[in-house]
Amino acid sequence: MSTNLVLLAVLMFAATYPSRALGLLTPGLDRLPRVALEYLQLVGPAVLAALGAVNVMVVVGDDDLTSFHVGIEWVAVLLCLVIVARRRNLFLGLVAAVAVVVAARALGFAALPG
Amino acid sequence: MTGDEALRASRRRLLADAFGIAVSNGGFGFVYGLSARDAGFSPIEAMAMSTIVFAGAAQFAAVGYVASGLAWPGIVLLTALLNARHLLYSAALSPWLRDVPLARRAGMAHLLTDEAFALSISHFRRLGRADERGFWIGAIASTFIPWNLATLAGVLLGAQIPDPARLGIDVIFPAAMVGLAAGLITGRRELVAAIVGAGVAVGGALALSPAIGIVAGGIAGPAVGLLIPASVAGETAPLGTPASVEHYAMPGTHADRASPAPDSPAVPPGTGAPEP
Repeated sequence: MSTNLVLLAVLMFAATYPSRALGLLTPGLDRLPRVALEYLQLVGPAVLAALGAVNVMVVVGDDDLTSFHVGIEWVAVLLCLVIVARRRNLFLGLVAAVAVVVAARALGFAALPG
Repeated sequence: MTGDEALRASRRRLLADAFGIAVSNGGFGFVYGLSARDAGFSPIEAMAMSTIVFAGAAQFAAVGYVASGLAWPGIVLLTALLNARHLLYSAALSPWLRDVPLARRAGMAHLLTDEAFALSISHFRRLGRADERGFWIGAIASTFIPWNLATLAGVLLGAQIPDPARLGIDVIFPAAMVGLAAGLITGRRELVAAIVGAGVAVGGALALSPAIGIVAGGIAGPAVGLLIPASVAGETAPLGTPASVEHYAMPGTHADRASPAPDSPAVPPGTGAPEP
């Protein structure tokens, strides 16, 4: 069984770990000015919204070119957002989002990704 | 509510959210194992990626790059770029986790994924302080274990499973991220940060690359959010509560008739600075 790519995994770890550890292991980061702490407080909603939006609205083609995507996934994510906002229940939101996508694809209203 | 009751309530919410995330990770880990198998990875190589790298997007990208014959230095460089957003996560969690011993923080860093960050920051903000066990629940139970078990299942059993896209797995991750972001929106600053972050990210992704767009959104969103005056930002109202209608609706709309919400969830302390 091949193990050649284990070394690549180690190198990828070496490229990833510093960005994960820098903030947590840097002494004194918690003594930043108040405005910096307020900024960090807003990172969560901004990055999570960014991840969600890019995953739904941007498609990367086989040629590595990106394009704007409109599809049933928008409806699914919006439905999840509404359910989480109103019911405070992420799992219910995810189930509803998946159900919408599966139904739309099964009925031919939406294409499969890729 | 006493401190212990608040902790138990927040952990129950954490576990409920973590269950949804675990399902998401199970699905994606399985698809990753399937992709790695198709690209010629052995089970040991696929599992090495999931345990040592433990970064879903970078792992998916690596499968494509290995399959297309890209040189390793290029793969490592792209991995660093793709995972640069974790710097924002670790900086944001740092004030909360300052009392955790260094060795354990070093371990936490390896497990700091999108999902672990989202679950733990939500949990800490509900509590108004850090809860180390809560971090490990989010990082290990909902992410590390499901991701690795599903990777193993995908790489070993993948050929027997029908097209996973038909199961809607691809929509779970963005829906989970947007849902968790909504849970963090308790005031105008967070709302503006989220909207600007999403807009900048999409624009950056289309103009440059998804990785650059996400990092740009994560940097620009909070910067614009801070422009909201502190007096306005101090008014907090979790999204979805009656109080939020009052805060976010346009003047002259139904919000003017909304009554105060006596049972609105507690406002997290320090809409500005965290108070771990």
